[in-house]
Amino acid sequence: MKQSRRDFLKTAGILGAGLAGLAPKKALAAPKNVLSDDRMGVLVDTTLCIGCRRCEYACKVAHNLPSDPIESYNDRSVFAQKRRPDPSALTVVNEFENPVAGRAPINVKTQCRHCDYPACVSACIVGAFSKQENGAVIWDESKCIGCRYCLVACPFQVPTFEYEKALQPEIRKCDFCFERTREGKIPACVEICPMEVMKYGKRYELVELAHQRIKDNPGRYIDRVYGEYEVGGASWLYLASKEFEKLDFPELGPDPAPGASESLQHAIFAYFVPPMSLFALLGGIMWISKRSKESEEE
Amino acid sequence: MNLAIKAEPLKFKFFTPGVIVLSLLVLNGLVFAFFRFVLGIGAVTNLSQEYPWGIWIGIDVAAGVALAAGGFTTAALGHIFHREEYHLITRPALLTAMLGYTFVALGVVMDLGRYYNIWHVMIFWNGNSALFEVGICVMAYLSVLYIEFLPIVTERFMGRVNLPGLFARFNKGIDRFLRFLDGGLNRAMFFFIILGVVLSCLHQSSLGTLMMIAGPKIHPLWQTPIAPLLFLLSAIAVGFPMVIMESILASRSFGLKPEMHVLSKLARFIGPLLAVYLAFKIGDMVIRETFVYLTDLSLPSIMFIIELVVGFAIPLRIFLDRKALKSPSWIFLASVLVVFGVLLNRFNNFVIAYKPPVEAAAYFPSIGEISITVGFIALEVLLYRLFVRVFPIIGQPDLSHRPRTKFAIRGTQDIED
Repeated sequence: MKQSRRDFLKTAGILGAGLAGLAPKKALAAPKNVLSDDRMGVLVDTTLCIGCRRCEYACKVAHNLPSDPIESYNDRSVFAQKRRPDPSALTVVNEFENPVAGRAPINVKTQCRHCDYPACVSACIVGAFSKQENGAVIWDESKCIGCRYCLVACPFQVPTFEYEKALQPEIRKCDFCFERTREGKIPACVEICPMEVMKYGKRYELVELAHQRIKDNPGRYIDRVYGEYEVGGASWLYLASKEFEKLDFPELGPDPAPGASESLQHAIFAYFVPPMSLFALLGGIMWISKRSKESEEE
Repeated sequence: MNLAIKAEPLKFKFFTPGVIVLSLLVLNGLVFAFFRFVLGIGAVTNLSQEYPWGIWIGIDVAAGVALAAGGFTTAALGHIFHREEYHLITRPALLTAMLGYTFVALGVVMDLGRYYNIWHVMIFWNGNSALFEVGICVMAYLSVLYIEFLPIVTERFMGRVNLPGLFARFNKGIDRFLRFLDGGLNRAMFFFIILGVVLSCLHQSSLGTLMMIAGPKIHPLWQTPIAPLLFLLSAIAVGFPMVIMESILASRSFGLKPEMHVLSKLARFIGPLLAVYLAFKIGDMVIRETFVYLTDLSLPSIMFIIELVVGFAIPLRIFLDRKALKSPSWIFLASVLVVFGVLLNRFNNFVIAYKPPVEAAAYFPSIGEISITVGFIALEVLLYRLFVRVFPIIGQPDLSHRPRTKFAIRGTQDIED
């Protein structure tokens, strides 16, 4: 099934555009997508979160974003609406009703998942996004042209754009505290969390840990680690007591988000061969049709 | 025998009530464009973190590229398949394509947050990105279109360079330069014509790849692995209807007789092209079993049905009717429907089909977005009107056997002379 679908894509591509392109398999300056075995990740155990939103505060401070004083984060009225990350808040916590009556509501922190096969890295027209060796997916301001194709591509609806700025608008999203981790610190949200909801560590260890927790406490969790396989896997992994789709996690398959588009792109544009063949074909037709016209006229 | 065609600059009254209305629309668009550049994209559009692309991408760019397909389809027919009887329409089609792509580029500039960095596309390549493929091909094709148009400029001004006063001393030099350019273009034009067709096939199809990476955000009716094929086929199918629609509109506007002897012949190609497109489109729907969505009567399903029936099925029926092909009104109506269908298809693909996983508010274009889109279209029409006055674009067949005059795109003709 899988194989035939890929074949279909390839054939469709070759028929479809019938041609080739400017994208050989490894473009010279294509963004790097390093997948180190030791890449880092974060395990978020949503069953521990109390919705104190200290992570939102720490994130703003760490990224030099304007923030209200820390006491204001005790205000739980913000949970009346579901919020999304935006240019002034790279992570937000939302609250969901608990299926078990009388139990505390479920709080879910959301931010960039730092995919293993990021759609933004594949999509970006100028390769401004890159997957770093430590797992972080980061944005390079010096390349960006502000086309917002990353917003279109991201399956988690994460990157945001500064619509209100006429000049130098930025794409903003969680950068896995790239600067902090480079200095040996841990991400700001992980550090501040009073409930130890988040655990920062090597991704493969976190996957084991997540399954261990489910095994040790089968009543507490549903048997799924969100982020282990979704769109090919992500650095940020989630545990929950309720189906993820009911907590505003998008329903996603195991195939990497850029997969179909990239393989099609490469099939159509393999080493410039299809476009050059088309050029030659059209040149041939032009030559022949002109000759037959001439001989008609003679 | 050759049917010699002499294209001439047209003489007509430029300022009509219609022109004044169009000018006002352009001015209105300019006002909003001013605010867009001073206050930012957020100030004039309804774009959001949830809906990053709106009608500027869906209509100005995606539909703009598709509706400029008349340029490469007529170039292929007239010059590559060497059907001289169609040379009459290659120049108007080339002008439309050139203006169309120019406005696609302007539309992109409007929409880019950092429009002044647009040249980065030429430096920082990302071969994995469908958008990169589209971007670089559109840039290249726009240049090719300008080169293809140059012979019309040299034809217009060779031997007629007459700068006033101080500049008069340059007259001779400019004329010599034009002649030099003309000779060079003559020899190289075949290369640019083929290149134009290849580049068109590439980016017309890659536009279809664009939304594939958005995965489940795109409604299943449009999210298909053969999207690039469908985009290419529909672009090829809309090329001739666009030329017919324009030609009949221009004839009416400039008081000429519609070129029915050419247009009827051209219209015969459209039926089969539409049929091929529809076969793939419906086949894709059947194989992926997406027809189940047709009955839910949501906005996407209704738009899909309108697109398919009004934009493709009805005009297909008209174009397959032998008698309708002879009637200017029928082929005009059918052509307008196909143009509408392809425009709606692109709009649907990029705007209607797109739904973010978490949605706070639906997207509806703002007054500013609509004003700028309408302003662009109005300016395009005005420029078309201006160009056919200044340059020899619209031709009348010349039945007297006068020696061959230079026309349309040289090069193709030069070899046989």
